[in-house]
Amino acid sequence: MDLRFTPEENAFREEVRTFLKGALPEPIRKKMVESRSLSKDDIVTWQRILNKKGWAVTNWAKEWGGTGWTPVQQHIYQEEREMLPAPDPLPFGVNMLGPVLIAFGTDAQKKRFLPRIANIDDWWAQGFSEPGSGSDLASLKTTAKRDGDFYIVNGQKTWTTLAQYADWIFCLVRTEATAKKQEGISFLLIDMKSKGITVRPIQTIDGASEVNEVFFDDVKVPVENLVGQENKGWDYAKFLLGNERTGIARVGISKERIRRLKSLAAIERSGDKPMIEDPAFRAKIATVEVELKALEMTLLRVIADERTRKSNRPNPASSILKIKGSEIQQAITELALEVVGPFALPYERNEDGRLKNEPSDGPEWAAPIAPTYFNSRKISIYGGSNEIQKNIIAKAVLGL
Amino acid sequence: MDFELSEEQRLLKESVERLLTDRYEFETRKRYMAEPEGWSRDIWRQYAELGLLGLPFDEKYDGFGGGPVETMIVMEAFGKALALEPFFATVVLGGGFIRLGGSEAQKKELLPKIADGSLRLAFAQVERQSRFDLFDVGTAAKRDGNGFVIDGAKSVVLHGDVADKIIVSARVSGERRDHKGIGLFLVDAKANGVSRRGYPTVDGLHAAEISFSNVRVGADAVIGEAGDGLPLIERVVDASIAALAAEAIGNMMSMHELTVEYLKTRKQFGVPIGSFQVLQHRAVDMFVALEQARSMAYFATMMAEEPNAKERKKAIAAAKVQIGRSVKLVGQQAIQLHGGIGMTMEYKVGHYFKRATMIDTLFGDADHHLAELARLGGLVSAT
Repeated sequence: MDLRFTPEENAFREEVRTFLKGALPEPIRKKMVESRSLSKDDIVTWQRILNKKGWAVTNWAKEWGGTGWTPVQQHIYQEEREMLPAPDPLPFGVNMLGPVLIAFGTDAQKKRFLPRIANIDDWWAQGFSEPGSGSDLASLKTTAKRDGDFYIVNGQKTWTTLAQYADWIFCLVRTEATAKKQEGISFLLIDMKSKGITVRPIQTIDGASEVNEVFFDDVKVPVENLVGQENKGWDYAKFLLGNERTGIARVGISKERIRRLKSLAAIERSGDKPMIEDPAFRAKIATVEVELKALEMTLLRVIADERTRKSNRPNPASSILKIKGSEIQQAITELALEVVGPFALPYERNEDGRLKNEPSDGPEWAAPIAPTYFNSRKISIYGGSNEIQKNIIAKAVLGL
Repeated sequence: MDFELSEEQRLLKESVERLLTDRYEFETRKRYMAEPEGWSRDIWRQYAELGLLGLPFDEKYDGFGGGPVETMIVMEAFGKALALEPFFATVVLGGGFIRLGGSEAQKKELLPKIADGSLRLAFAQVERQSRFDLFDVGTAAKRDGNGFVIDGAKSVVLHGDVADKIIVSARVSGERRDHKGIGLFLVDAKANGVSRRGYPTVDGLHAAEISFSNVRVGADAVIGEAGDGLPLIERVVDASIAALAAEAIGNMMSMHELTVEYLKTRKQFGVPIGSFQVLQHRAVDMFVALEQARSMAYFATMMAEEPNAKERKKAIAAAKVQIGRSVKLVGQQAIQLHGGIGMTMEYKVGHYFKRATMIDTLFGDADHHLAELARLGGLVSAT
């Protein structure tokens, strides 16, 4: 038992840090630090910088551009990116679809799509949730009926993140009305330029319009865009969701946010002292720091276990990462709201989410604090709500 | 980074667990508690035979040559068994002072005796007013020729009732709450002027109130440097907290296991109560608290002997916070989910709960260590 990183791993961390620091454009870093939303151009610019270095799709098989890094190296890379803080490569293509295509796609699909995902030439969106199918995803109703060389898709997807920029969307669709709802689902790739697709933004409580509804009205999809076998889509979806075992802990992001929280609490004053010198507030921060250290150690346990684990089933401890990771991220946004005090109130955005109001006399960094707090409530909802995570642990780990 | 045990460590774990499974059934434990000292002399000898009593000592003092990981393994097993013997007081605390602060002569004389089971130690630190502050020492040690004369009273000395020698923190100079001026003295329990009153503690162990009246000790009784004892106390206590964290893990694992088993077997409304989602989620909350605590127990083990005192203190404080929070949640929910049976003395789970609760209190509870961690600037650097 030795919980230290090896000298090689420390050297790797240094290399990653040096590159990322030098490569990330300052305006993007500043937006990340202040939790302001990124433009499409920001995300594309950054991912292309990473792709040029060969670091956009590090998690993929080597023949498709992966780096072949160990789980520890992957962790170090993610943590360094998050602590800078730099944006993630767009997850829908890189983390979600890419591994599915590599495992189950045809050769033609791999050749056609994978390089364009890596270089973000195609912007992908994820079409899983529907208005009636959230936690009970397998109850989804969007249909795809075979008609010659095409599927005809009808239905609606929702919570589709950044669909306004999407060139393509991968969807779970019902190809057969089976008794067991998981069995009639297929995994389809759909061109967003197809006739019959409508995207409608959903404005969330923070004022942003990051998520959308996507409507499909007799959309023709060539059969060659089916991934794997018809009616096996649920298996691929489970594979997709199971792939992200460790990244969801977001330890690097939370470290960076605590660092910033402390620096803001050193500026803002309560009475005649900086807030950071108030023992009660300091104890609140320390509480989150303890939780975060425990999460980091749990994460490292899971990562270390990945190397030696024979079965393909996730480590039981990995189910904790989502629950604790989300709670910690949310707690930090809550503390930031405390730090900013009355200047949480002024709202910079108009109702359409674009035009800016005149800023208040508060600190320049104040405006995104409250919206970030509101926005962060989603973290314990998406990707399997924390209650669903608890159901999973109860069943899979505790045998209840 | 590697969380696996070495082959030798696995063997240690297996042999300790085997001994305790064979010899520490809950009913057997009740018999040990009824013995005059409240624990089993026979089991104590078996610990010695297994090498456990010399676990952290160098082989040249007849020790096992183990480090914090070995201590963790044994303490976790003791936590599962609710072991009663004075291992923590003698080997971890007392042995810790000799091992980390003792002179060569003290090591040569004392460590082999601890290892063979013939010497028991206790650490007399708590005073009526000191609460969790290790530096708050009113007991006086006045210089007298080459030696010292000790006067004062110590409370809740863990296994102080059976100790052959008592390690006392006493003030050589300065005011009661000064960080400087503290000395550590090895006092024979039978020395003139030492009087003690032993009693059982709520967790089934034993402690003592000990008073020192004009107790004379020689220069050879000083451990480390008289007047600069606090850093040694902190080192030993930090390593001991790491050991307690491991005990808490064994304890919580048992509480969680008992509870999940109960949820599967107890039927109400015609079904196992574990089929109710509200109880499932409660059991998951316990699991999460246990695993987070385990992660911090590993962290504490890794940092137990960290030479950078500030980093070590922060890590140990953080671990103690997590352990305190987790034992509270796991313990309270273990009782709640068992319902009435959890409230009874005859059933095991309440005994775990009581020990776990006392682990939170020992050497500073969660709030104490949270304030300490905050004062030291926390774990994430602000720059």
